[in-house]
Amino acid sequence: MTSNNKKERLLVALAGQQNCGKSTIFNMVTGLKQHIANYPGVTVDKKSGSYREKGCVVEIVDLPGTYSLTSFSLEERVARQFLIEEKPDVVINVLDASNLRRGMYLTFQLLEMGYPVVVALNMMDVADRRGLEYDIKCLEQRLGSPVIPVIGRSGQGAVELKKAVLEAATNKDQMAASLNYGELEEKVTELHSMLSMSTSLKQVVSPRWLAVKLLENDSGAEDIIKDHMENAQEVMAHAKTIREEFETTNAMFAGDHIVSCRDHLAAEVEETCIIDHKKGEVPLSERIDRFLLNRWLAPVFLVLTVWVIYQLSIVQGYELTKITWPFLAAARTFIADLLPAAGFLNDPQIRSMGLWLVDSANTLLNYVPIFLILFSLIAILEDSGYMARIAFILDRILNRFGLHGQSTLPFILAGVFAGGCAVPGVMATKGIPDQRARLATILTVPFMNCLAKVPLYTLLINIYFVETKGLVLFYLSTITVIFALLIAKLLSSHVLKKMETAPFVMELPHYHPPTFNGVVRRAVDRTWLYIKKVGTVVVAVAAVVYILLQYPGLTPQQETLYQQRAQTAISKFYDNMEGNKLAPTVAEYEDLVRLINVYISYKAQKLNAQGKEASQGVDHTFKEAYPDYYPFLKRSKDKDARKAIRALKDLANTRKTLRREMKEERIVNSFLGQIGRSLEPVTQFANFDWKINVALLSSFAARESSVATLGVLFEQSDGENKTLEERMGSEQMAAGYTALTAAAVMIFFALYPPCLATTVMVRVQTQSWGWMVFSIVFPTALGLTVASLMFTIGSIMNLSGIEILSLLYFIVLGLLLIVGFYRKPQRRGFSGSLRQRAESS
Amino acid sequence: MMFGKMFHRFKNRPQHPADSKRHDGLSGSWFSLNDVEHAKEFKIKSIHSHGAIRQRLLDMGLVPGITVTVIRDAPLADPLEVRIGDSFISLRRTEAKQIEVHDDKQQ
Ligand SMILES: Nc1nc2c(ncn2[C@@H]2O[C@H](COP(=O)(O)OP(=O)(O)O)[C@@H](O)[C@H]2O)c(=O)[nH]1
Ligand SMILES: [Mg+2]
Repeated sequence: MTSNNKKERLLVALAGQQNCGKSTIFNMVTGLKQHIANYPGVTVDKKSGSYREKGCVVEIVDLPGTYSLTSFSLEERVARQFLIEEKPDVVINVLDASNLRRGMYLTFQLLEMGYPVVVALNMMDVADRRGLEYDIKCLEQRLGSPVIPVIGRSGQGAVELKKAVLEAATNKDQMAASLNYGELEEKVTELHSMLSMSTSLKQVVSPRWLAVKLLENDSGAEDIIKDHMENAQEVMAHAKTIREEFETTNAMFAGDHIVSCRDHLAAEVEETCIIDHKKGEVPLSERIDRFLLNRWLAPVFLVLTVWVIYQLSIVQGYELTKITWPFLAAARTFIADLLPAAGFLNDPQIRSMGLWLVDSANTLLNYVPIFLILFSLIAILEDSGYMARIAFILDRILNRFGLHGQSTLPFILAGVFAGGCAVPGVMATKGIPDQRARLATILTVPFMNCLAKVPLYTLLINIYFVETKGLVLFYLSTITVIFALLIAKLLSSHVLKKMETAPFVMELPHYHPPTFNGVVRRAVDRTWLYIKKVGTVVVAVAAVVYILLQYPGLTPQQETLYQQRAQTAISKFYDNMEGNKLAPTVAEYEDLVRLINVYISYKAQKLNAQGKEASQGVDHTFKEAYPDYYPFLKRSKDKDARKAIRALKDLANTRKTLRREMKEERIVNSFLGQIGRSLEPVTQFANFDWKINVALLSSFAARESSVATLGVLFEQSDGENKTLEERMGSEQMAAGYTALTAAAVMIFFALYPPCLATTVMVRVQTQSWGWMVFSIVFPTALGLTVASLMFTIGSIMNLSGIEILSLLYFIVLGLLLIVGFYRKPQRRGFSGSLRQRAESS
Repeated sequence: MMFGKMFHRFKNRPQHPADSKRHDGLSGSWFSLNDVEHAKEFKIKSIHSHGAIRQRLLDMGLVPGITVTVIRDAPLADPLEVRIGDSFISLRRTEAKQIEVHDDKQQ
């Protein structure tokens, strides 16, 4: 399209249908030199990169998947606009060789638009296996463009493709094939010459292509004309007359005719240039589907698949975290050593905050092995082609509730049963073509039980529902799905009612074995996204929560009081050490503080060391590092040493108690504590006290922190090592809490808004602050209402925790069944109503 | 510039040319892809839906003149799976109802 023959920079666009291998070919030619941005104003990824070929820099852009360059879908509009406005020097049209006929509709249009086209005939390996043989020369002749056979996956054909691109850019007198529109041809030519009058228009698009688009009744084409022609109305009116005339004489849409002309030509090209050696055979995929999609077997395979995913990722992944956790713990120790040392009562601010942040990050990083497995398995499902079948099987149910077959993937990623993460879940909604169903999915995905909800469930179940553990777990893992479906229905029939919808018309791709690289790449990409979330949002919010929990801190009076108690304890220690031969080692106060810190880290490491050898190893390290302190650490026969150990232990315990009391007092005084208390009038109906409120508030940063915060709030009051379960249990029982409260807390937590990182992703995916706020406010209100109802009704009817849970479960299950099976009343027989609707629309 | 108009709707949906003929009794009722027998070949005559839905059907290869075979129903009876040449497409019954087909052999 440009005049100069030899250019230093070339702009090349990659166009083709979804899944024809554009991105694969893009990676093949650019290698690692690429970057991803967004097209202005929309969420469609713009991937661009470059390579050098014979001293020429070729910039290449991976366009979104397009079928026909119409203005109906966002992707198509973005692709079309790029082609029209950026005017690439060459368009590489990627075609799936095993599905050529449908792919060529786009090729014809690209040629009609006047771009130099290079056809990359991809998936030659698949076509080979399918028994298809190509006459490349014939194809080139019919299309009037170079055709390069490639196998994107193995990189075969990359050199030839690059060469052809350069040639196409320099050789401008390529003779493009043109499509004859039969009965409409004359009218197309007529309109073409009308449009050719405008010189400004001719510079923007090919008039012939525009003429055809006008006859197809494309609104985008009309916009272009309005921008460039003064007599736009006249031209459009003329196009309309042509359409109407054609429609009266042929009883057929002009658009239908044009499409079928393209199809005829495509069929003819296919007929002449391809030999099908397996013609008439049933494709392998179809033979597999006779089992996998069999009416009765399909649900069985589906359940089996989900079960395998659950077993491998959650159960086995959990085992794996036991291996990886020590590394995270070691990292924490390492960082703790770098930070300024702890004081006797107060630690330097930077140390407390640093460790708080490390702990927040660690809890999330701990899940990385689980995600790697989970995301790999999901990538296998996607690449093999089974994911599309899952959508096919489940669409009926999901559609009933305002969702879409393709909502399955986001729900699985977010953890349908237990385990997952809403961030990749919300991200995966990108592929859902139906805007209404997509938004309904985005807003309900966070209800799934993400991995971070599990610790709180486990904690409360172990305190209050020990005997009915299994049943409660079952309730929790299924009730979230039920709620999600009901809420999706509610949203899509009210709030989202006016949104655009799209039909469920989806290709069921042929099965093919996933490649190792492809799977690993996708799993790593998605996990990396998760890690980035830890690195940014969660750590940032953890810092804010830290400050809200620490400040304003203790009053000076309280501070003095604690200092006095500390002084007393220290004096007592020195009294006990009176005359002890080890006393000189800790003569100075600084030495004493250091000794206590060493003592605590020794105890911690001994506790973690597994097996006798590891334990001895710890002894050895400490003996080497702190020869002076070692008698205080390791038990021996020496009388003085034993006395010293006892004195130190007393002191360390007192210190611990004091620190815990200070911490609790600090939280009581803290901003978050104040907020928690000020919410009590609202949350009292669910029987949430301020401590629970604080935990729930802080869990907004990252769900995990709810348990951590509860841990602080219910910290043990004496030296004994009770688990958090026991502590919370005894304290709460004393404060009058019952399993009823626990049930309300768990249900509230199940319905509670997505964590901050997820809401950020909601913002990204919906491009709207409004929906982001909605995704926070709505679930909070809902959760609080349900929890309050549970507690109030439970108290009045004197129900136990498990009773109220069962009651709730059966109510929502009943609702689900009613909504699921409800049909509009006025109907006379099944087929009658079908016909009726077919005719009315 | 074009992005401002990105979310336009399909206004004044045109009436299908075949529909208007319905009244004079020439083409009373028609078969849709929803009504036909499985495992038998039919030819698509016309797509009765409009706008984005119509385009989506066309994009997936359900174009007038092409031969389709309904292969199976999903386990819950909806959607359907159809075969077009070597590709397999699933679509809901609501959409299938809008696709007019006729028996290939009779033509
Ligand atoms: N067998 C085979 N698979 C391919 C080939 N090229 C791409 N694929 C696979 O096809 C799928 C879709 O490819 P992708 O590049 O994401 O398609 P896009 O949607 O056009 O960007 C991926 O699973 C690729 O691994 C090929 O030449 N042969
Ligand atoms: Mg891609």
